[in-house]
Amino acid sequence: MATIVGAITTSHVPAIGGAIAKKLHQDPYWQPFFAGYPPAREWLAKARPDVVVAFYNDHGLQFFLDKMPTFAVGAAPEYRHADEGWGIPTVAPFRGDPELSWHVIERLIAEEFDLTTCQEMLVDHAFTVPMSLLWPDVDAWPVRVVPIAINTVQYPFPSPARCFRLGQAVGRALEAWDRDVRVLVLGTGGLSHQLDGERAGFINKAFDQMCMEKLVAEPEALTRYSTVDIIREAGVQGVEFVMWLAARGALTGTVARVHASYHIPISNTAAGLLVMENRPRGAAESRAAA
Amino acid sequence: MALEKPYLDIPGTTIFDADQARKGYWLNQFCMSLMKPENRARFKANERAYLDEWPMTEEQKQAVLDRDLNRCIAHGGNIYFLAKIGATDGKSFQQMAGSMTGMTEQEYRDMMLHGGRPIEGNRYIGEKK
Repeated sequence: MATIVGAITTSHVPAIGGAIAKKLHQDPYWQPFFAGYPPAREWLAKARPDVVVAFYNDHGLQFFLDKMPTFAVGAAPEYRHADEGWGIPTVAPFRGDPELSWHVIERLIAEEFDLTTCQEMLVDHAFTVPMSLLWPDVDAWPVRVVPIAINTVQYPFPSPARCFRLGQAVGRALEAWDRDVRVLVLGTGGLSHQLDGERAGFINKAFDQMCMEKLVAEPEALTRYSTVDIIREAGVQGVEFVMWLAARGALTGTVARVHASYHIPISNTAAGLLVMENRPRGAAESRAAA
Repeated sequence: MALEKPYLDIPGTTIFDADQARKGYWLNQFCMSLMKPENRARFKANERAYLDEWPMTEEQKQAVLDRDLNRCIAHGGNIYFLAKIGATDGKSFQQMAGSMTGMTEQEYRDMMLHGGRPIEGNRYIGEKK
């Protein structure tokens, strides 16, 4: 049976990709941001995931306005990054896990999530930047991946509650996966930021910190926010927080916070990082929950 | 029946909704074409001629030529796609975002270094700080 080791949720600002390529880790602007990541990598070294299931949002590398899926699940043997036209260096291709992908797809559709399935899928910085932060300086990625893209480009977006339930369904599917693999769930994006209009530069530290706090032990409280509530409180692109909710939803056990980091600003964004461990519920607890 | 837009009272903000996505379809398609280096080179060599290859409105083309991102957005542009114009020009995302705020590049950068634009007064149009 698959083991869900935990979830890491992190910002994916494209400039981070540039800073990694230019090795700006010790630069005064970047140092406080990069300093947040070694504890996450130390935890990963102990958690030893074989597979990463990642919730992220594509920004126009794979999906455009011609066809815009609300939820798209990768089922490819390999996922490539490509020139996004933003000057971000590309990274090595990622190995997929099509069997696990199709298992997740089957379970999600059985739970009435109507998905787009992708046997070919490019992944953009929202997927690659967090992977590079978690596994820097590798020639080949040490994990297989299952990318799940959620639309946050063209309104209406799926609601925070719906994204959380999608995550929960993914968690159930992973638990039911009859293979001895260790799975890390990744949620990328946020935290508060707005890239466009006269309100650009908008940051809401109090809201971000409340979200990081509640996500661990009472994520349901956050699902009461509507999409527009989050845009109002966290900025237009702050709505990417739904990826964090989906990732947290996939943790089926008792969840403990391992590490957190928060830094303003990276470019236009409040950058957040949260590492949550998923501890299996005890037998007694499982019986009580059943 | 008109679309529901419960976000029109958020100040300084245009939500990229269905109306914007329809209006801006070709403007955003043009932006997407700049993901290819050969298209970036052709655009830079003759911006007007390159824009004329796309079924965009004259207002959209002029907004691109003027690099006026607020106008690009008013005419249906989406910031994620518009960013490919900025990248073609060698501009950072922060420079692009700042250009929409009426602030100088330095003022915007300083605002971000000091915690960004505050929430107070920025939730609702007309809200008191």
